[in-house]
Amino acid sequence: MNFRAIRAIYLFEMARTWRTLLQSIVSPVVSTSLYFVVFGAAIGSRITQVEGVSYGTFIVPGLVMLSVLTQSISNASFGIYFPKFVGTIYEILSAPISYFEIVIGYVGAAATKSIILGLIILATAGLFVPLHIHHPIWMLTFLVLTAVTFSLFGFIIGIWADGFEKLQMIPMLVVTPLTFLGGSFYSVNMLPPGWRTVTLLNPVVYLISGFRWSFYEIADVSVALSLGMTVGFLVACMAIVAWIFRTGYRLKN
Amino acid sequence: MSPIISVSNLSKIYGSGFKALNNINLDIAKGEIFALLGPNGAGKTTLISIICGIANPTHGKISVNGHDIIKDYRAARSMIGLVPQELHTDAFESVWATVSFSRGLFGKPKNPAHIEKVLKDLSLWDKKDSKIVTLSGGMKRRVMIAKALSHEPQVLFLDEPTAGVDVELRKGMWEVVRALQASGVTIILTTHYIEEAEEMADRIGVINKGEIILIENKSTLMQKLGKKHLTLQLPSKLDAIPPDLAAYNLELSGDGRTLIYDYDTKGDRTGITSLLNDLRTAGIRISDLDTTQSSLEDIFVSLVRAP
Repeated sequence: MNFRAIRAIYLFEMARTWRTLLQSIVSPVVSTSLYFVVFGAAIGSRITQVEGVSYGTFIVPGLVMLSVLTQSISNASFGIYFPKFVGTIYEILSAPISYFEIVIGYVGAAATKSIILGLIILATAGLFVPLHIHHPIWMLTFLVLTAVTFSLFGFIIGIWADGFEKLQMIPMLVVTPLTFLGGSFYSVNMLPPGWRTVTLLNPVVYLISGFRWSFYEIADVSVALSLGMTVGFLVACMAIVAWIFRTGYRLKN
Repeated sequence: MSPIISVSNLSKIYGSGFKALNNINLDIAKGEIFALLGPNGAGKTTLISIICGIANPTHGKISVNGHDIIKDYRAARSMIGLVPQELHTDAFESVWATVSFSRGLFGKPKNPAHIEKVLKDLSLWDKKDSKIVTLSGGMKRRVMIAKALSHEPQVLFLDEPTAGVDVELRKGMWEVVRALQASGVTIILTTHYIEEAEEMADRIGVINKGEIILIENKSTLMQKLGKKHLTLQLPSKLDAIPPDLAAYNLELSGDGRTLIYDYDTKGDRTGITSLLNDLRTAGIRISDLDTTQSSLEDIFVSLVRAP
């Protein structure tokens, strides 16, 4: 293992975060706070409890997930897309470093950022609504698993994208809708039966459900299923990354 | 002595079917400066990219100091420093940070003293805390060289290193290259400036249309292919070359006062004596004469243009 190389990539990527602190940390925290003000305080005060939890409290796990998902994808996709775009990728490819180590460096940094961000948003939420976390270990497990999985997914998008438009396309057109429709702001049980079935095809439902369970022990689907789906998606992303590096897809000609 | 880089039967065919490299065989000796010359699109950069791990070979084997570049890529790559042709830099990083990053990436422990030396050698020391975006093109080029040298490579690839670098800076860069060679580093460079290869290289390879058409010691090459020109200054204007002298293929300058005769130094007979005799017979007087050796550029152009 070339640990020094992993460390170099990881620290390089983290340095980018601190350099772009406003964009990386402050802006997602501000936008999430806005959600709390609008949905939690303003509209939420008129909504009755959802499954025994006040609406403002209910949406906290979904909001954290929303940020963790989108930030993991954008951090990781940008992290690998940018060296491709400016050409500095030549150095990574010519270094004595395995593909596995490259992924650990980039995905590790992207996941670290979104985990930090998720925890900051959670702390921010604590200022607006009372929070109680029933299963902190599971909460962290789901947080880390999701951050890693979606950072891997972002890494794949970053390699696949050959323009800034494509880089934005999947997060904008696929991930954001899936997250909004994945039960961030409502319980799947609140939907009519037909829509409920359709919703269960959305993988994000399982992530948010599992994460919410670790807070309030309420879930749309069973926790085991949530965990299974998350790990399944993680494995699928890993397989695609392995294929990318084996074939040199969009990296080497 | 075993070569530090050995390329055998290397071919590269792109997905489009374009054959960029065709059965390349090349050995680079340890400690030499090897210049790879060739017109644009000849395959110079493709060859370097494959050796360095940036592009995949289609066929063939390459080893660096005995390490296969695919099976034993860690050992092979850690010996190589690459300075690509394009200026690829992380604009918002400082010079110090980006050079230190390269060292880490190649798995070497921190060594600020070495980085300091590299930056000083390349006259970048006073810019070490500057962001790369604020540097001039020539400085960026040197930052890329510093990155390549940060991990103490045994082999240094310089792909068009002096493109867009002013004369003063170019000379400084060549001093660095010479000092590296003196410390035992093998250097492979591609260049458009033939005089540079002529001045710097120990050996020269000419590549054209994906094939190496010539590898030769520079001095042998110059000797082997060297044609000389004999320039004769005439005291009085000559209107046309007399028919008796047609066999010499002389060239008469526009003003009619200079005759040029091309001859081959490697031939048994240069024809100079008989030319001078025949000139006297024809009544043409000579006020001055000099000879010039054809440059590497002439050799190169004649090779690449050959059918």
